[in-house]
Order: sequence, then structure tokens, then C-alpha cells
Amino acid sequence: MTPLSWYLMLSALLFTIGVLGVLLRRNIIIILMSIELILNSVNINLVAFSYYLQDLRGQIFAVFVITIAAAEVAVALGIVVSLVRNKSELNVEEIKTMKG
Amino acid sequence: MEQIFFLIFAALAVASAIAVITLRNPVHSAFFLMVTFLNVAAIFVLLRSPFLAAVQVFVYVGAVMVLFLFVVMMLDIRKATMERFVQGKWRFLVIILGVVLVYEINKVFRRSSLAGQTISSERHLDGSVSEIGTVLFTDYILPFEVISIVLLVALIGAIVLGRKEIK
Repeated sequence: MTPLSWYLMLSALLFTIGVLGVLLRRNIIIILMSIELILNSVNINLVAFSYYLQDLRGQIFAVFVITIAAAEVAVALGIVVSLVRNKSELNVEEIKTMKG
Repeated sequence: MEQIFFLIFAALAVASAIAVITLRNPVHSAFFLMVTFLNVAAIFVLLRSPFLAAVQVFVYVGAVMVLFLFVVMMLDIRKATMERFVQGKWRFLVIILGVVLVYEINKVFRRSSLAGQTISSERHLDGSVSEIGTVLFTDYILPFEVISIVLLVALIGAIVLGRKEIK
């Protein structure tokens, strides 16, 4: 049987890879994809605990997380489309009109 | 046997996730993110949650990633593909701090009593549609309705943001 800590380790690894993607990449599409990685790592964590503690609430929470993530991606990509239409730039470091 | 399957899917998920954040072409990253999501769905099946695995494939792979790919196809990514993927003088420090983060998270959950827990012998959950449906529509009906309003708001927001200005 796989111990719970293996699933938590996988969740921590995916979380950290997502955080590194958000911090290191400058392309806005890749940053949004890294945020999806973070949300997936949280889902693995929730479902692992739901299985090991035999509590269904973890899976219900994961369903809500998936739904919110889908809604967030829709709005975020709408923002990206408007951004590219107005400025034609995918690099987050060049988007600094509101800076300062 | 289950451990071998878990190790295979976990290794594939981590390798695809690293590919997502390191590749230069956003289309390649999107495909590797799809591979990550499929491996996560397989891990959900290992955790006896077939409904969640199906929802993961339908929503994440089938809707979210297709949406990403549509938007990436609409944009001009030639300039993004040509530059170095990560710049700045702090990049190695950030990667090292990432490794430290994984180690610290590991340390935190090894201290708790749940770390070595294996599944108890009386397993009464099967994660099936009827089980989740029963709980979702009785105990958690309020978050369910709120989620439907959130989706409606996101739908309206995405349509308004995507509209072309009519001069």
C-alpha cells in the first residue's frame, strides 16, 4: 500500500513546480498554466486525504476547486485576449502602464 | 502493485510539469500540461475517485486546455518562442529556493502522525457518481448553487472581455 506521505510528496512537488513557473517565466500564458498546476496539486492533496481518512468532503472540495479553476481560466484568458488586442505583448514585464 | 502504478504516474506527472515550465513554445507547454492532467486523473483513479477522474479529464483536458490552445493559436507567439526561457540573475537562487520549499513541506508533514498512514481496512467509500451526488445535493447544496452563479458570472465576464469594440 502506498503511504499517504507519497501522495503528499507528489502534491508538494507539483506545487513547487507551479510556483517556480509563476516566478520564473515571463510569458503570461505559461504563468496561467503554472497556476493550473498549483490547483491540481491541491486537488491531489484533497483527494489523497479523502481516501485515507475515508471522508467524502475532500472529493467534494476538489470538485469545487476544479469548477472555480475553470471559471478563472475563462476570465483570465479573456483578459489576455483584450491585453494582446490593445498592446500586442505577451511579456508580463512589458505590461507596466499602471506601475508606480 | 499499486505502488508501481503510483510511481509511474507520479514520475510522468512531475516530468510533464517540469516540461510545462521549461519549454519555450507555449503550444508545447500546453500539450505537456495536458499530459500532466491525464496523469493526475490516473492518480485520482488510484485513489478510488472515478467521478473526480472523469471530471478532471472532461473539464481540465477537454475544456480548459482546449481554451488555452485556442487562445495560443490566436496570438502571435513567434517573439515569445525565440527568447531565453528564463532571465534575470536570480534564477538559480529561485530554483534552489524551490527545492528548499519541497524539503520544508516534506519535513512538516513527516512530523504529523498521518504521514505513514495506510488505508484502513474498512473502506466504505467508492467515490462513485451516486455517492458524490447524494452528498453534493443534500449537504453541500449551498456551495453548489453558489458555484453555478460563479460560473454564470465568469461566462458573462469572458464574453464581455472577448468582444470586439465596435467603433
